[in-house]
Amino acid sequence: MIDIRNVTKIFKTKSADIQAVDDVSMNVSQGEIFGVIGYSGAGKSTLIRLFNGLEMPSSGDVVIGEDVISSMSKPALRKKRQKVSMIFQHFNLLWSRTVAENISFPLEIAGVPKKERQKKVKELVELVGLSGREDNYPSQLSGGQKQRVGIARALSNEPKVLLCDEATSALDPETTDEVLDLLVKIRDEMNLTIVLITHEMHVIRKICDRAAVMENGRVVETGPVLKLFQNPEHSVTKRFVKDDINDEETALSFDEVRELFPTSKILKFGFVGSQSKAPIVSQVVKKYDLDLNILSGNIKRTNNESYGHLFVAIDVDDGTLQRLKAELADHDVTVEVEDQ
Amino acid sequence: MNELINEFTTMFSFENVRWDAVWEATYETIYMTAIATAFTFIFGIVLGIILFLASKSEVKASKPIYGITAFLVNLFRAIPFIILIILLIPFTKVLMGTIMGPNGAIPALIIGSAPFYARLVEIGLKEIDKGVIEAAESMGADTWTIIWKVLLPESMPALISGITVTAIMLVGSTAIAGVIGAGGLGNLAYMVGFTRNQSDVTLVATIVILVIVFIIQIAGDFFSKTVDKR
Ligand SMILES: Nc1ncnc2c1ncn2[C@@H]1O[C@H](COP(=O)(O)OP(=O)(O)O)[C@@H](O)[C@H]1O
Ligand SMILES: [Mg+2]
Repeated sequence: MIDIRNVTKIFKTKSADIQAVDDVSMNVSQGEIFGVIGYSGAGKSTLIRLFNGLEMPSSGDVVIGEDVISSMSKPALRKKRQKVSMIFQHFNLLWSRTVAENISFPLEIAGVPKKERQKKVKELVELVGLSGREDNYPSQLSGGQKQRVGIARALSNEPKVLLCDEATSALDPETTDEVLDLLVKIRDEMNLTIVLITHEMHVIRKICDRAAVMENGRVVETGPVLKLFQNPEHSVTKRFVKDDINDEETALSFDEVRELFPTSKILKFGFVGSQSKAPIVSQVVKKYDLDLNILSGNIKRTNNESYGHLFVAIDVDDGTLQRLKAELADHDVTVEVEDQ
Repeated sequence: MNELINEFTTMFSFENVRWDAVWEATYETIYMTAIATAFTFIFGIVLGIILFLASKSEVKASKPIYGITAFLVNLFRAIPFIILIILLIPFTKVLMGTIMGPNGAIPALIIGSAPFYARLVEIGLKEIDKGVIEAAESMGADTWTIIWKVLLPESMPALISGITVTAIMLVGSTAIAGVIGAGGLGNLAYMVGFTRNQSDVTLVATIVILVIVFIIQIAGDFFSKTVDKR
């Protein structure tokens, strides 16, 4: 559906040339929710703006469906944008228009007759759960409601692709979850392809199928979301995963544990598929008659699977450790020894 | 001291005031202000939009367009109104067929105030959230659609308060024009009130002008508030 080939974007400014996107290639398939994560200034917004031609690449090709965005004529590109729509961090609604009029705006641009516009707006208002608010102005809505209007507006011309630029970054956690659920719902109902960019790892974890991690304009790691969480390779990915799990404090307490139990090893058990695996750890540990200090643990849900990990301190010799590892590996539980 | 008291007595006696002449002058002032405001509104918005679009466009031709427009706007804004009227006499003669009366003043009034209003329009447009313009672009809107459906409605409160200020300024300008023969309340105050030393007439002209200004201000505030849904 989306094919980005060696795309580079350089902004020429008076003081210097800024390479915002550096030789990025990626594919997004039809119906997929693809995430791009990176810290501020990584080039995410610039990248996503290349998808609908708000920016043009300095080199490389952006292909969406059948069309090479970078070589389309202006009228053709405008037409294409009706099928590649976008939602924004700050919603970007017209304050001068009511909810219904905002949703109707892209239809006016597309030249849809008034009767059909009204019908479509009604459907969309229901879809995003804003019935009864049609005649409100954006100033009368909460952030979450505004983003719902943004989503309804983006869907009005029945796009094939929805681009989300930090669509939940201005929302509180609860509202973020509601909006994310809505995105999944419309993907399923309308068979949309969604590209979303964010600096929040839980957004990626909650709804994305695959994701790319960006740093300094480059994509440093791409993969299925579960793989990124379980087995992050690049340091930036690791940091995002760590922040999501929020175990800065854990790292601190490890030092204390080492002081208290100098002979213990700190192990990390990793498992996918949630609760079912936790008893296995306990059974195996019992079998070897080991004393185990649970340090921390957690389970996180991605869009289709759970994964989790458990940090423990165990007094164990190397031989037993090897056997423990092998036995747990049979049950798909990974064991890592944390560095001293 | 006696002289001063005399002066005040005349001023408030209204014995010299010919009310039909006051009405006619009021009508002329309103006429000049209304026509000039209407045209200033249109020309100012056109110029303001040109300035706004040319300043942010990346198209090569936009730089000279911005330069020339900005130069003309600054130039005409810098010329004192009284001098502008005199400068424009030949132009006015051709365009309006006269240089006297309300119609003779209108070209100078418009040319004097449109550049001022254009700058207010440009400021108003610059205050529009860039994200909203970008959102419209992302929906496939062309420049015309953006002007009609985004720029104008989203800056409407600023456009209205700007034209209110400009209209009030125009009332003042009609009075200046009146002194050199354009008619209206300024003319009445000068020709009758000053030259015939009938200060009661001057006072009446002043009061009527104040009333007109207040009405413009109140109406402008009302409309600008009504359209503002922020
Ligand atoms: N229009 C522009 N002109 C010049 N530099 C820009 C422009 N847009 C973005 N940049 C620069 O490109 C880099 C990436 O920005 P951006 O794509 O907004 O990052 P992100 O969305 O990941 O925070 C930043 O260094 C930013 O300053
Ligand atoms: Mg950004």
